[in-house]
Amino acid sequence: MQLTDAEKRILDGAEGPARAAAMRLLVRYGTVLGAERLVETNNVCGGAVGTLPNRRNVLPPDADMDAVYSLMNLDSDERFEIPPVKANTWKLIEAMDPEHWAAQGVSAATKALVEKNAAFCNRVGINRCNTCTPYQVGNVPVFGEHCAWMESSAVVYVNSILGARTNVEGAQSTAAASLVGRIPYWGLHIPENRLATHHVEVEIEIDDMMDWGLLGYWVGEQVQEAIPVLTGLTHAGELRKFKHFGAAAATSGAVEMYHVPGMTPEAPTLEAATGGHRPAVTLRYGAAERREAYQHLNSATDPDIDFIMLGCPHNSLDQLRLIARLLEGKRVSANTDLWIFTPNAIRTVARSMGYEAIIEKAGGKLMSDSCPALSRVSPADVKVVATDSAKQAHYLPATLGYQVWFGRVEEVIASAVAGRWVGRLDA
Amino acid sequence: MSLLTLRGRGVVGGVVEGEALVTRQTISGFGGINPQTGTITERRHELVGQSFAGKVLVFPGAKGSSGWASNFQAARLAGAGPIAILFNVMTTKIALGAVVLRVPAVTDLDQDPTEVLRTGDWVRVNGDTGVVEVLRRAAEPRAA
Repeated sequence: MQLTDAEKRILDGAEGPARAAAMRLLVRYGTVLGAERLVETNNVCGGAVGTLPNRRNVLPPDADMDAVYSLMNLDSDERFEIPPVKANTWKLIEAMDPEHWAAQGVSAATKALVEKNAAFCNRVGINRCNTCTPYQVGNVPVFGEHCAWMESSAVVYVNSILGARTNVEGAQSTAAASLVGRIPYWGLHIPENRLATHHVEVEIEIDDMMDWGLLGYWVGEQVQEAIPVLTGLTHAGELRKFKHFGAAAATSGAVEMYHVPGMTPEAPTLEAATGGHRPAVTLRYGAAERREAYQHLNSATDPDIDFIMLGCPHNSLDQLRLIARLLEGKRVSANTDLWIFTPNAIRTVARSMGYEAIIEKAGGKLMSDSCPALSRVSPADVKVVATDSAKQAHYLPATLGYQVWFGRVEEVIASAVAGRWVGRLDA
Repeated sequence: MSLLTLRGRGVVGGVVEGEALVTRQTISGFGGINPQTGTITERRHELVGQSFAGKVLVFPGAKGSSGWASNFQAARLAGAGPIAILFNVMTTKIALGAVVLRVPAVTDLDQDPTEVLRTGDWVRVNGDTGVVEVLRRAAEPRAA
């Protein structure tokens, strides 16, 4: 791999041992990829991941956070004192809600570790937005911006909707990128790799959130890691709809980018989306495909619901307003826990708007910073969960062993009040 | 004496010998493995319930969440990682995973290793030269 003189100096230790280790890691990683060079980035989203399940249990005893970050994020057995990040860096999901951690079943030891991690992030300048949706709370990359992001649902959003350029990075490549401001120039950083190869002709009306989710789940399963272009969509998208669609497509498959001519910025036409090439595969999405996706996501057989989960990816303010309106004057069933997830910054506004008070009065909790699948937090003794998230409906059976009902947010709220599932494919 | 030799691109160096665990299905890191034991946990995976700990893992590549490398790194730290990996499809997930596993890794092989290798084969993986040799074949799978 070709390095610039500035990159070689960092590799040789001119900026200290931690940045040298970060550059070594990027060189090893770029070499495996077969990348020819690195590209500059000043926009990194990643994690200081030592607090998460499956990491915190393999930490060396008494390791301080510099040692934890050196090991988990820079893959180094040697402990470095981590210097301030060079590229703007935003932190993804944390292990717990700072307010509702006890209800989440988080131990005092984990809470203490999270607090040490927070102090570490503050010191080195990792912005603790603690969300899977940094683009909702101030990190909105511009068109063509080279980024180093992890979190598949965020990557597919910023590539497709904003025209920023990032691959799905990991905890170690993002940590290295934040310390030296570089990432391998490979994959979706390169313009010709951003063209669609699969054409999806949508033959039915897609408007409500559930239909965007079902379409995304079906498309991801069909195209896997390919780039699809969708035609036939007659209703304009919105942030929350593209957020839901992309998260679903990145879950059932590994979609990191898609085009919708007339809506997404890199492809005004079908021809532009494919670069003038004939699509390798053409697929049709109709009523039968919609039904198939719905059946795959509804793995539950028991109608009695213990747990309602909303906010995957983290809910927007407009989604919280809708939930508050649906819950106003109602009461969640005594046998059911209702947890709603959003970024901390949005919770602050939802609190000042009175939405949180309505949710709490109905018996629900508005949580931030965390997520049931990644943080592995849930109420005790859950067997059956209901959610409006295709991504969560996909992961919860595997990560926590739950039966899952999937549907519209209106149905999920009605089911929370009834204590049993009331959703249907066609409302 | 090698019974079968494959040549590819060694991407992480080192030489190791061991038993192959072969699948034609991609593997998910987050939500697909138990890093404590190296066991595949994905419900519909053909290797569900089997562990790659101490094995040469032969698979098409990585899928799923961006936590792939971190979950395989956790398996290494728990002593439950594979001793080498052979794979076909290059992605950022598998590339970073290969780096943090710190075991010999070979890709771009001249024959598809998921087709020509069998679970139980005893293989030598040279991550420096990209050469993979089968030293002892597993028993033929019995016809159903």
